[in-house]
Amino acid sequence: MNLILSIITDGVAFGMILFMISVGLSVTMGLMRVVNLAHGGFAMLGGALTHWAMMQMGIPFLPSAVLAILAVVVLSVPMERVLYRPIYKMGELPQVLATIGITFIMIAAISFWLGATLMPIPLPAVMQGSVDLGFRTLPTQRIYVVVVGLIVIGGLFFLTERTRFGIRLRAAVDHPGTASCLGIDTSRIFSLTFALGAGLAALGGIMGAELLPIDAYYPLRYMVLFLTVVAVGGLGSITGSFLAAMALGILDTAARYQFPEFGTIFFYVAMIVILGLRPQGLLGKA
Amino acid sequence: MKSLLPFALMALVAVVAFYAFPYNLAFLTRVVITMILVLSLDLLIGVTGIDTLGQAALYGTGAYAAGLFAVHVWADPVAGLLVGGLAGAVVAFVSGLLLMRTHGLTLLMLTIAVAEVFQELANKLDWLTGGADGLGGITMNPVFGTWQFDFIGQTGYIYAVCVLFIVTAILKVVIGSPFGLSLRGIKDSPARMRAIGTPVGRRRVAVYTLAGAVAGIAGALAAQSTALVSLSVYDFQVSAEAMIMLILGGTGRLWGALIGTAVFMAVHEVAASVDPFNWLFIIGFLVLAVVYAVPRGLIGLPEEIRRMVGRLK
Repeated sequence: MNLILSIITDGVAFGMILFMISVGLSVTMGLMRVVNLAHGGFAMLGGALTHWAMMQMGIPFLPSAVLAILAVVVLSVPMERVLYRPIYKMGELPQVLATIGITFIMIAAISFWLGATLMPIPLPAVMQGSVDLGFRTLPTQRIYVVVVGLIVIGGLFFLTERTRFGIRLRAAVDHPGTASCLGIDTSRIFSLTFALGAGLAALGGIMGAELLPIDAYYPLRYMVLFLTVVAVGGLGSITGSFLAAMALGILDTAARYQFPEFGTIFFYVAMIVILGLRPQGLLGKA
Repeated sequence: MKSLLPFALMALVAVVAFYAFPYNLAFLTRVVITMILVLSLDLLIGVTGIDTLGQAALYGTGAYAAGLFAVHVWADPVAGLLVGGLAGAVVAFVSGLLLMRTHGLTLLMLTIAVAEVFQELANKLDWLTGGADGLGGITMNPVFGTWQFDFIGQTGYIYAVCVLFIVTAILKVVIGSPFGLSLRGIKDSPARMRAIGTPVGRRRVAVYTLAGAVAGIAGALAAQSTALVSLSVYDFQVSAEAMIMLILGGTGRLWGALIGTAVFMAVHEVAASVDPFNWLFIIGFLVLAVVYAVPRGLIGLPEEIRRMVGRLK
C-alpha cells in the first residue's frame, strides 16, 4: 500500500514536470508542423540561469526563478524570428538538423559560460523537508511540483478555452490556412505560443531539477524523453500531452521501483506499443 | 565509362590518404566505416524518403553479432562481416514490419525507441555482451587467411576501404535497378506508386532490410577493427551524427554520403583537438550553415555556385 502511494506521488510529480516541459513543444509542433529537438534547451536555460542567479549573485530562489523564466521568454522571441522562421517551410529533415544544431550551440554556450559540471539549485526552506499527512509523509518539494503543475494546467485550460487568444490558437492549430484567411495573425500567435512554451519549459526545468538534474548536456540527454511525451500525446493536443506525461511518468516511476534491473525498457516498450496501435498519438488527429 | 570516374576518384583519395596520414590510419578506418553506415542511411532517407533516427539499432546489432561470432565461433573477418550484415538485416526486417507502417515524427520516435531498447537489452544481458564493460577479447584471424591485422592498422584500413568499394558498387547497381527506381518513386509520391501497382509497404520493408544489412556490415567492421564492442554502438548520437553527415553531404546520390562523412569527421577531429571544450560550437554552426546556406548539401554546391555566377552575367 505504501509502495503504491509512493509510486503514485512520485509518478504524478514526475508526470507534472514532463507535462510542463513538453506542452509548449507539443503546441508549437502542432501549430507549425515543425520538428523541434531544441526545446529541452529552454528547460536547461531556465535551470542554469536560476543556478547562476542563486549561486553567483546570491539572489533567493523565488526571484531567481522568476527572472530566469522571464529571461528565457525574452530570449525565445528573437530566436524564433531568426532561427525558426526560415525552417518552417522546409522538410522534416532540415528541421531536425537545424534544431540539433541549435541544441549543440546551446550546450556549447552553457558549458562555455558555466562549465560542464552539474548545476544544483538549492531549494528554499519552505520546499525542504516533508509534510505529515497523518497516514504517511510526503516530500514537500513533490507537493509544490504537483500544485504548480495543476496551476499550469488550469491556466492553460482557461487560456485556450475561455480567451480570445485561445480561440485563435485552436483555430490556427486545427487549420492554419483557414485561420489566416479569417484574419487571424497566425505568425504572431506562433511567436506568443513559442515564447509561452519556452517559459513553461524553463519553469519545468527549474521545478524538476531534483528529478532531471541540470547540466550543459541536459537538452541532448532528455531530448528523447520530451519528444516521446509529444508523440505519445499527439501533436498539438494539450490534454493529450497531459495524459501522456502522467501515464509515462507513473509507468517509468513504477518500473524504476519494481524492476530497477530493467531500467528504461518499460518506458520505450510502452511508447512502441502505443505508437504502434495509434501512430498519431493518444489524442492526435490522423 | 563515366560512372566509373567517381570510383577512380575514390580510389585515388583512399591511396593518397593512406600515404599522407600513415599515423592516423585508425581514424581513417573509422571514417571509412562511418561512410558505410551513412550510405545505408542514404538508401533510406535520400533514396526512399524514409526518415529514421534509429540507424544505431542496426549498426550496433551488427557489431555485437560480429563480435560474439568472432569470440565464440570463428574469428574469420569475412565470415564475421556476413554474420553482422545478416544480424542487421534480421533486426531491420522484424522491426521494419512495425516501423514501416508509420511516417513523420512517429517514425522518428519509434526508430529512436527501438535503438534504446536494444541498448538497454545489451546492458542487461551482461553475461553475453559484457554489459557496461563492453565485449572484449576479439582477436581476428588474417583476412582470407593471408593478411594479418597489424598494430598501426594498415591491413584494417585497406580491408575497410575494400568493403566500402564493394558496398558502394552494389548500392549503385541497386539504385539503378527497377527496384531502385520504384524506391525513388515512393519518395516522390507513395500514392501514385500505389496506384500503378507497386506494393509500397513491402518495398519499404525490403529497403529497410537492405539498409539493415549494410549498417550491420558497418557495425561488424567497427567491431573487428577496434576489437571491442561497447554499449555506445547503440547511442542516439550514432544515428543523429549519421544523419548530420548525410545531409551535410547531400542526399540521394551516395557520393554525398561519402563527402559529408569525410568533411564532418575531419572538422570534428580538428575542432576537438584544437579546442576540446568548445568544439561543439563549431559543429553547431556548421550544421546551421548547411541548413540555411546549402540546403541540398555539399554535393549541390557546384551547381549552386554555377547558378549564382549565371545570375551575375
